[in-house]
Amino acid sequence: MKRKHLLGLADVSATEITQILDTAEAMREVLSRPIKKTPALRGKSVCTLFFEPSTRTRASFEMAAKTLSADTSSLTVATSSVSKGETLKDTLLTMAAMGAGCFVIRHPSSGACELAASFSQKFGYDFHIVNAGDGCHEHPTQGLLDLLTIRQHKGEIAGLKVTMIGDLLHSRVARSNVHGLLKMGADLTLCGPQTLLPPEFGLLDLKMTHDCDEAIEGADVVMTLRLQNERMNGVFLPSVREFAALYGINARRLKRAKSDAILMHPGPINRGVEISDDVADGGQSVILNQVTNGVAVRMAVLYGLLGGEEN
Amino acid sequence: MSEPKKLMEAADIARALKRVAHEIIERNRGLDNVVLVGIRTRGVPLSARIASHFEAIENQTVPLGALDIALHRDDFHLRAAPPQKTAIPCDISGKVVILVDDVLFTGRTIRAALDALNDFGRPASVQLAVLVDRGHRELPIRADFVGKNAPTSHEEKVSVRLQEIDGEDEVLILTADERG
Repeated sequence: MKRKHLLGLADVSATEITQILDTAEAMREVLSRPIKKTPALRGKSVCTLFFEPSTRTRASFEMAAKTLSADTSSLTVATSSVSKGETLKDTLLTMAAMGAGCFVIRHPSSGACELAASFSQKFGYDFHIVNAGDGCHEHPTQGLLDLLTIRQHKGEIAGLKVTMIGDLLHSRVARSNVHGLLKMGADLTLCGPQTLLPPEFGLLDLKMTHDCDEAIEGADVVMTLRLQNERMNGVFLPSVREFAALYGINARRLKRAKSDAILMHPGPINRGVEISDDVADGGQSVILNQVTNGVAVRMAVLYGLLGGEEN
Repeated sequence: MSEPKKLMEAADIARALKRVAHEIIERNRGLDNVVLVGIRTRGVPLSARIASHFEAIENQTVPLGALDIALHRDDFHLRAAPPQKTAIPCDISGKVVILVDDVLFTGRTIRAALDALNDFGRPASVQLAVLVDRGHRELPIRADFVGKNAPTSHEEKVSVRLQEIDGEDEVLILTADERG
């Protein structure tokens, strides 16, 4: 990989995405071995810097780094000096001074990772930045793991009918997926209530609708998004119950998709809101495959960023 | 610019592999405990060809695996080779693993392969079969079965081309200029 940072999928080409997915396939094989450890990143130090809560993304990055033999350290806001007011810049430089060569950052502000990347090489330390979710901007490794999951189940991504449903306004997962899926040639439909479906998406080559049944009709892939209550500072919905009734995926609604359609959710799930129990745990759900693929994709990303350039 | 020197023709390759297959059988007094593992990329079709010689000679099928060594290389900081899938078909503990590669040069690939194999079990022994041994070892590694010994200068490149990957069978020696 000829890049230093992974800040979003907006500037990653289809060719590069395919390379990362191919590498991730090889990494998935490593994860299926009896001894899940390879020495590729021996001596490299990866620091996860999470300014927001996370279960799967952080655990996934740490497992990815450890499987490749990198050393990991993790900082969380509540237990670090960030709670004393230390800035992102000083936190980064402090950890870099201890030898961290790669930062995996999650931050509530959109653009935080770009800012972090701008500090590399400026203060005597050289480091890589991987965006693990910045505000409502991007979550590129989630986008990549979703692409890997779709490719694994459907083969070619180009031409597939993919429907993304829910809180598109606040979703960084949606933004990374929109970039990734369009680059790979998917036929994309976005669906959500008017308040959560920003009209700017209409500038892209995709369809938008407020009618969930219509959006799901004939889909190969149904991707639901989490209702991001923590980012809703205003009144976006009359009630969660109404959202669940109009946009929640249940068995009846899923029948409108193709019979072999897969159902995805980036997690964490609000069970009974975006997705009902029976379909979340049902045969079409690939939610846990997404989680496994997450480790493989993050291994591929770390391997690509931290390795030397190909000659 | 002169034509690249041809070290082996298709027939030479076929004869060498057949002899190597015979030698492996002889050394191990049969094939009962043998597992063939080709090193990606060109070791894989070579190992498959040796396996088909085994079938012809002994009427016996041996487990056939493919090993990718990208994650075990020692030059990751210079060049991150894209990893491919490894497929080891059985538990290799207690088995005689025959590693197969196209060219033995510095020995670094084999060092990485030995390391990678470790993750799949503890073989009774590991033997190495190569189509060409071109010398210039940088590690204390030698081949047990060699198709052809070819003295080369360090600057030359030995290019093994195989039907399955390159569309034809031949081994060329390229000079520094010809490598581009």
